[in-house]
Amino acid sequence: MAIREILKIPDERLKRVSEAVEVFDNTLRAFIDELEETRLASPGAIGIAAPQVGHFQRIIIVDVSNMRKPVENHGHMILVNPEITHWDGFELGREGCLSVPDYTGNVIRAEDIHLTAQDQWGETHEYEMTCFEARAIQHEVDHLDGITFLDRLVSRRTDLFQRKVYQKKSKKTEKIKSK
Amino acid sequence: MLTLVGSDQPGIVAQITHVVYHQGWALGETSMLRLGGNFTIMMMVAGAESNEALEKVMQPVAYRLHLHLHIDEISGGLHQHALPNYQVRVMGSDRVGIVAQVTGILAEADFNILELTSDVAGSADEPVYIMTIQGHSVSELESIEKALSTLDDVDVSVKPIEILFG
Repeated sequence: MAIREILKIPDERLKRVSEAVEVFDNTLRAFIDELEETRLASPGAIGIAAPQVGHFQRIIIVDVSNMRKPVENHGHMILVNPEITHWDGFELGREGCLSVPDYTGNVIRAEDIHLTAQDQWGETHEYEMTCFEARAIQHEVDHLDGITFLDRLVSRRTDLFQRKVYQKKSKKTEKIKSK
Repeated sequence: MLTLVGSDQPGIVAQITHVVYHQGWALGETSMLRLGGNFTIMMMVAGAESNEALEKVMQPVAYRLHLHLHIDEISGGLHQHALPNYQVRVMGSDRVGIVAQVTGILAEADFNILELTSDVAGSADEPVYIMTIQGHSVSELESIEKALSTLDDVDVSVKPIEILFG
């Protein structure tokens, strides 16, 4: 195993769209081990996407189970061919990236998502995720489509205070309707 | 640090940065925004020549655009970002002293403000003050919330900022 070099902006390869994994063999699993080793060697990285190490297949690893302040999570996840199938709500949060050194910025992401993905053996799993974990998935899936958080930056001055209140109200209304 | 302030009009940034660039100076981090009908610019500028030389090349364009020009030599540099761990939002009917009171309480909590923006919304008759602060403090969330709860005529929310690195 080896720690891979992480591509950094303005490397054009970060804009490349990754291809679906079709063969689930030992070569794939050996690469996933290297990807994980690279993530662990990067302080604070809660996720990594294969294209960040110049490998253009749809593979991400996310693990938000070790946050300083615990968040809802599904533990350590190896996600192959991940597909977000449902989005709900939105939330502003600050992001940084292994591929964008010394810069953080605000990004709007869906608050809740449904996700379908395969594991390293090709078995399909479904997940429902929220908040920080959902944000991490959206950040990493973007890499598979050649998108970094810089493509989604909103002004530092942007605040969603009023919309958030509206959002909560509309959720309540939905619940009342469904009763 | 190059500071320019004056009545807003289209083309200020283009004309100012054109001069900076063509006179051989390099821009670093900048903040440029409109405040109350004025356009304000603060930018880190680096170059081989003296402050006086910079002032000499900036003076004509500042004069043409009716901007106040101010230059300070600073020791700062790039890549010195500090990351916030709290966001504080304040909203309430406008009155004197909101900023002084909120930031006074935060200072006592060893809260280092990294960024503060404030604006007045509402109408001239019923102005509403909205302030967003991002900063860093080693104090617990609850103790910051408790300290700020002494302000009973404004809505205050304190939220931890968990920065995602992936």
